[in-house]
Amino acid sequence: MSTSKQEQESGIKNPNPKIVLFLCRWCSGKGADLAGTSRLNYPPNVLPIMVNCTSRIDPRFIVEAFLDGADGVLVTGCHFGDCHYKTGNYKAYRRLSLVAKLLKQVGVNPKRFRLTWISATEATKFVKVTTEMVEDLKKLPPYWSDENGGNSDE
Amino acid sequence: MKKEMDEKKKVGVFVCHCGRNIAQTVDIEKLMEKVREKYDVELVEDNMYMCSDPGQNLLKESIQAKNLNRVIVAACSRDMHEPTFRSAAQEAGLNPYLVEIANIREQVSWVHDDKEKATEKASKIIGSTIEKVIRDEPLEPLKIPVVQRALVIGGGIAGIQAALDIADAGYEVTLVEKSPTIGGHMAQLAETFPTLDCSQCILTPKMVAVSRHPKINLLTTSEVVSVDGYVGNFKVQIRKNPRYVDVDKCNLCDDCTAVCPVVVHDEYNQSLSPRKAIYIPFPQAVPASYVIDEETCLGIDPLICSKCKDVCLVEAINFDMQPEIIEEEFGAIIVATGYDTYPIENIGEYGYGAHPDIISGLDFERLLSANGPTQGVIRRPSDGKVPKTVVFVHCAGSRDPAKHLPYCSKICCMYSTKHALQYKHLVHDGTAINFYIDVRTAGKDYEEFYKRAAEEEKVIYVRGKVSEIIEDGDQLLVKAVDTLLGEAVEVHADLVVLATGLVPSKGTQEISHLLKLSCDSKGFLKEAHPKLKPVESALSGIFIAGTASGPKDIPETVSQASGAAAKAATILASEFLEREPQIAQVDPTTCGLCHTCINVCPYGAIYLDEGVGRITVREALCEGCGSCAAACPSGSIELKNSTSEGIRARIKALLQG
Repeated sequence: MSTSKQEQESGIKNPNPKIVLFLCRWCSGKGADLAGTSRLNYPPNVLPIMVNCTSRIDPRFIVEAFLDGADGVLVTGCHFGDCHYKTGNYKAYRRLSLVAKLLKQVGVNPKRFRLTWISATEATKFVKVTTEMVEDLKKLPPYWSDENGGNSDE
Repeated sequence: MKKEMDEKKKVGVFVCHCGRNIAQTVDIEKLMEKVREKYDVELVEDNMYMCSDPGQNLLKESIQAKNLNRVIVAACSRDMHEPTFRSAAQEAGLNPYLVEIANIREQVSWVHDDKEKATEKASKIIGSTIEKVIRDEPLEPLKIPVVQRALVIGGGIAGIQAALDIADAGYEVTLVEKSPTIGGHMAQLAETFPTLDCSQCILTPKMVAVSRHPKINLLTTSEVVSVDGYVGNFKVQIRKNPRYVDVDKCNLCDDCTAVCPVVVHDEYNQSLSPRKAIYIPFPQAVPASYVIDEETCLGIDPLICSKCKDVCLVEAINFDMQPEIIEEEFGAIIVATGYDTYPIENIGEYGYGAHPDIISGLDFERLLSANGPTQGVIRRPSDGKVPKTVVFVHCAGSRDPAKHLPYCSKICCMYSTKHALQYKHLVHDGTAINFYIDVRTAGKDYEEFYKRAAEEEKVIYVRGKVSEIIEDGDQLLVKAVDTLLGEAVEVHADLVVLATGLVPSKGTQEISHLLKLSCDSKGFLKEAHPKLKPVESALSGIFIAGTASGPKDIPETVSQASGAAAKAATILASEFLEREPQIAQVDPTTCGLCHTCINVCPYGAIYLDEGVGRITVREALCEGCGSCAAACPSGSIELKNSTSEGIRARIKALLQG
């Protein structure tokens, strides 16, 4: 990789990435609320949609989010063992790991899709993950401006 | 329902200022303008506080005046006021499930400071919520019958009190205790602060009341092994381990212990005295019966030894007892699994618990007890001499985030003070020295108790943490710094008592996994709200009492137990519970009977109804996770009011709105 390309990468290519954020109702959703009650701060680029459980997330929601203009998708749920519905997060992990693989295979930069576990008390983790992802995606071009399917930087 | 679907959707959007909480980072005027422009809505209104009476009246009046059939309140988290707005809408004649909350406070105004971007995000969230609400169907809550019986897990003072209160309210209770007797740690204590009541004298009447109460089913040597179901209908499996002694036949003659050849440490006396493999934990144990410790008894194989069986005239001993699995249903569960003390073996600076004369507070309780290993005479473990100088080390392993527990265990200052006082009462010429960081006496009559010890009874208090304890002849050299004088202090002591803090018991850890209760960073069970829901867990129908949720003294534990019992009784008092109707439904016209949904459902709520040859949802069991909807290869299962089409429309609205 040439130096000039690295420099280019550190620059901002997309000042305002749009990230669809899936929250589960019991853990990460409450974690996101706690970030609010604790008056923490994170970029407004994450657009929340709450479902009861990460296992409600049909893999096609992720793919379609990209088709609808998302620059990234972030799925957050309960930690293993904490799922309100016993095993929903394990199912989500298995399904969405496949989605991650699929996206990578079709050439979507892996930074554009993230799956993570956030408990109801982990407001700081919520802020860290969302902020990190926004920062990462600022360095990638907008998904649709990118003729290589979001993968021009690789 | 068909008619409802065809009806024109008249959406009303109500934007809350929440004083300045929302209004200072979201431009309300601009937001309302955007919503009016971009979306097909009947009305957009705002109010300073939507949750106030004027706010709710605005909602009700607008529903009636404009004939609204869908409502969005853009305000705080749905956890805060969804029920408020849904019942307000219901009063105005609208089905409550046609009201949705757009969270523009916790997830917008409180976390962003760029007003323009925050306003933009708020408008997108409202747009996305509109896509949801116009697809929502009116629903009616499901009515589920309640099993009017409670399960209490743990037979310490918290479990005892909770079981008695529920039983006195007229409901059946099953009290499950792992060890052979109820009583818990309180049964080990000598006297209690600040009144110096004898612990056993106030506890044992309650233990007996449990055993005699017609509504209480007491299961000792028993453990909960699995829990299924939900509030009102928990299905619980309890394993009753064999006691090898028939409780009804045993007449406490004590002949068996005389002949038992196996001698082991007595855990009731903190291993300071021996017991036999057949034993009674303590004389007032409930149930009043001997028990065989199957780990150490030789006679579980009666060919090796059956001495106790041979001498038992009432034939109470039965080596053939087997573990028994009891299955029962309960409407509510109370978890009262208590604490362990922080192991002194972890504290290197105080000798890793290796020196016999460096003991824990709970050990000292046994030395003070009239039924303890020394019959209430203070004798130090090493040589049995009466100690003339005793050092009490406060915060041993507590308030030490670098090496030990970061937190204050709340009771140790008081129990050390009590120990010093009791020691002075028993050894009049003895010297009691307390090394403390702060003396914390927050409780009724606690400060007076401490003053009495320090001023009237000549207990010495030295402010400073003990840095090291080393052996010096037949004494112990305690090294510390008096931080008030700024001087190093060395004291020779005959006995050192470490005031160790409380940690979650092993049972608490096990039960948290079993019931899927979340724990805090220290491993204590987490309350639904630390201030306003201190005895409720995050799971509906499961309550917490006592030290399972954190260090507590006895009065606080007992009041929590009564609180948890009252909470459980409110569930048991109703014949039916209403359940969320947002559950799965199957479209039989497209379902291919592949059984994928049956395999993914964690509740066994989906089954093949062989009579009609259709996949069917058991409404009472479905919790609405939606796992089946995501898994169905033909898209034939939908979660009511959270359809795939709706979620996709919401995503689109977020991105393109």
